[in-house]
Amino acid sequence: MTRYLRLAILQLRISAASGMAYRADFLLGGAMALATMAMTLLPLLVVYNVVDQVEGWDAPSALVLMAYFLGLRAVLEGMISPSVIDLTERIRSGAFDYVLLKPVDAQLLVSTSRYEPWKIIDLVGAIGLVIYALAIRDKPVHAVDVGLGIVMFLSGVIAMYGLWIVCASLSFWVVRLDNLTFLLGSIFDVARWPVQMFPTAWRVIFTFVVPVALMTTYPAKAMLGELDARSAFATLAGSFVLLVIGRLVWRTAIRSYTSASS
Amino acid sequence: MSIGRAFRAMPTMLRVGVAETVAYRAEFLVWILTTTIPLVMLGLWNAVAAQGTFKGYSQADFTAYFLATLIVRNVAGSWVGWQVGEEIRMGTMSMRLLRPVHPFVALAASHAASIPFRCVVALPVAFILLISSGGSSLATEPLQLAMLAPALLMAWLITFAIMFAIGALAFFLTRAMGLFSLYFLLFMLLSGYLMPIDILPGPIRVVAEWLPFRYMVSFPVELMTKSMSTTAVLEQLALQVGWTIASIAIAMFVWRRGVRRFESVGG
Repeated sequence: MTRYLRLAILQLRISAASGMAYRADFLLGGAMALATMAMTLLPLLVVYNVVDQVEGWDAPSALVLMAYFLGLRAVLEGMISPSVIDLTERIRSGAFDYVLLKPVDAQLLVSTSRYEPWKIIDLVGAIGLVIYALAIRDKPVHAVDVGLGIVMFLSGVIAMYGLWIVCASLSFWVVRLDNLTFLLGSIFDVARWPVQMFPTAWRVIFTFVVPVALMTTYPAKAMLGELDARSAFATLAGSFVLLVIGRLVWRTAIRSYTSASS
Repeated sequence: MSIGRAFRAMPTMLRVGVAETVAYRAEFLVWILTTTIPLVMLGLWNAVAAQGTFKGYSQADFTAYFLATLIVRNVAGSWVGWQVGEEIRMGTMSMRLLRPVHPFVALAASHAASIPFRCVVALPVAFILLISSGGSSLATEPLQLAMLAPALLMAWLITFAIMFAIGALAFFLTRAMGLFSLYFLLFMLLSGYLMPIDILPGPIRVVAEWLPFRYMVSFPVELMTKSMSTTAVLEQLALQVGWTIASIAIAMFVWRRGVRRFESVGG
């Protein structure tokens, strides 16, 4: 276990070093992160300038949800997507052989292979936004809720990771599949609004089929202290199930890998 | 380069474009499906307008607006900049430079050929639009609707030319990707893609009225969804013509300055 942890940290260090090498890019990345965040928040600012609440969500709670969205997007674009793109590239070129040869679990090695270090700025921004939103909300903040909120954020990351691994595994069968992760990324955009804002049919899809609700709506509710124990448990269970499905699909997929190299 | 020669090569170039689109049909379809932002935005505004009209927009108005946006973006969108940037970076642009037709014309022909295919995707949406909003939120003036075709064509030309110009900046910079993100941010904000321009906060709205972005999305959408006076339509159309010429001129300028520094690497 510690071996895997050491390995993951080492890969992170390598990515960070190569990221820092382009200092201008790092600065541009930071500026872009702030601009993107402002842009993502703009519709909410326009809306809550006029109305007090939408489908039971007032401005501070919508901001907390948005912070969860931004945080998850940072993890997605900073850790998950780069690794998945790297994986599809290796499958296409046949370089995946070398991954299989190494004496560690291939899924772990692949999942931690590539990072975009400057996405950490987005993550810090998201944390700042949560603190700001909780401060302007005139309800007391309980430590238990914050704790559960953090746990639920990790659960959201796990759910997202499971979904993306399923998608990445598909590229063992259909080689040109990086498109599909783009599609998944576009659907993930839905997660910026509470799932309650959508018509019933879509609500079901976003909770059970492409479970973006598990990633932002329920975790945000936990942070706000509005989530009952049963939903919290169901959300955690859902994320765990996604992780297991991801693992199973990966195991099946890897068996049908036929090297592309000579 | 003579215009006559480019003109004679046009049918062939269009045929090649069609063949390319058909060959990469799965990817093409996925790219269309990733245009989900208008629908995501519709989710928010629909929920907001459920409690009553928002700054003059009812639920039906928002539905019509964002579905029209989806149609316009599908018909008039362009991602040529990525292609130009990549070809310059990889050196394959040299192949295009050898041909006797200007790359702008050649790429425009190849991309224009995919527009009918995109219409096939956009038309069903148009139907949903007509049925769901009951026509009450759609414009009915014949002149206005007749102007939709040229407005869409020019919207595409402006988008194409500006994307081309940004792609051509790869002649000067090795990494143009950051620029695309920056451009896309401005585009989303100022073109009416995120929300109708008239509900943007005051200062941003003023800026949006004066920049070319609104002629890429908002203007054709307004032609579809908002009743306008004849003079307003013609005035807007004249401004759109102006921006079309200006953006093509900018694309040509950047290209001419850049191509002089071009060094192709590789065999």
